[in-house]
Amino acid sequence: MKIMINGKDRHLDGENMSISTLVTTLNLTGKRLAIEKNGEIVPRSQFDATALRDGDTIEIVGAVGGG
Amino acid sequence: MAVKSAVDKENNMNDDLIIAGKAYHSRLLVGTGKYKDFTETRAAIDASGAQIVTVAIRRTNIGQTAGEPSLLEYLPPEEFTYLPNTAGCYSADDAVRTLRLARELLDGHKLVKLEVLGDPKTLYPNVIETIAAAKTLVKDGFDVMVYTSDDPIIAKQLEDIGCCAVMPLASLIGSGMGILNPWNLQIIIENATIPVLVDAGIGSAADAAVAMELGCQGVLMNTAIAGAQNPILMASAMRKAVQAGRESFLAGRMAKKLYSAAPSSPTTGLIS
Repeated sequence: MKIMINGKDRHLDGENMSISTLVTTLNLTGKRLAIEKNGEIVPRSQFDATALRDGDTIEIVGAVGGG
Repeated sequence: MAVKSAVDKENNMNDDLIIAGKAYHSRLLVGTGKYKDFTETRAAIDASGAQIVTVAIRRTNIGQTAGEPSLLEYLPPEEFTYLPNTAGCYSADDAVRTLRLARELLDGHKLVKLEVLGDPKTLYPNVIETIAAAKTLVKDGFDVMVYTSDDPIIAKQLEDIGCCAVMPLASLIGSGMGILNPWNLQIIIENATIPVLVDAGIGSAADAAVAMELGCQGVLMNTAIAGAQNPILMASAMRKAVQAGRESFLAGRMAKKLYSAAPSSPTTGLIS
């Protein structure tokens, strides 16, 4: 399955991957982050229940230093 | 008594800064960008005494993040009030989207700093997009502290929309040029019923003190501290300047006179 994460194409093995599994796959477990799927925010409580599909666009953001 | 009341003002709840119903004893708000590392960020923020710290929302690095330190470890959100910003946004839509992500990121946190920029060279605010974003965010339940130009009419409109604080620039972001139009700031302060904070352009402790003497409720800065030769010492200077400026404002300055016919020492009893 091919999805775009933070502006870059990525190939992921397997079908029906959840957002939770994606977070684990990307070594982001435990990090404070927010995720958008196709322009819509996916609440953290929905990470398990939200499945990725081929062609999805994902944004993963965090807080960084800024003024 | 005068000294006691001034000290009381500084120390007790009577002179807290109230933002969206929450009281803060520090009137200095600081950014967390441009420091050499997180240790310096933390040390400078401790020296500044700030309780509200701005953060930016950015894409997470994918693939190289394991074990990488994060800002949140150095500035725990339980210890500081985070003020997520929309730095780098040039449209109302981008700003709203960024702050909705910030709200999700920070567990429903509502207090935000809205800034919509006009061009990447000057970073001057785009007030038309700012107003559009402010309307959407207020309707969506955010407490909006809004960065804007020093135009008194726009400042009032942003208040009427329902923003919880209006934050006109002293001069351009990162310029360190100080307060370019104190008269406009004075009009904004006089007309406002919400807190007015100067945001952007402060260069030195003197600038921060002047902003507070004008009657600002607080000052927000980043580069003035992070860009100093010694950021931690400058953070301490800014903390004192904001306090000194506040007390000076509350005390009420003497009238200016071209010259004085009333010297401070007795005019009688002089040796002849």
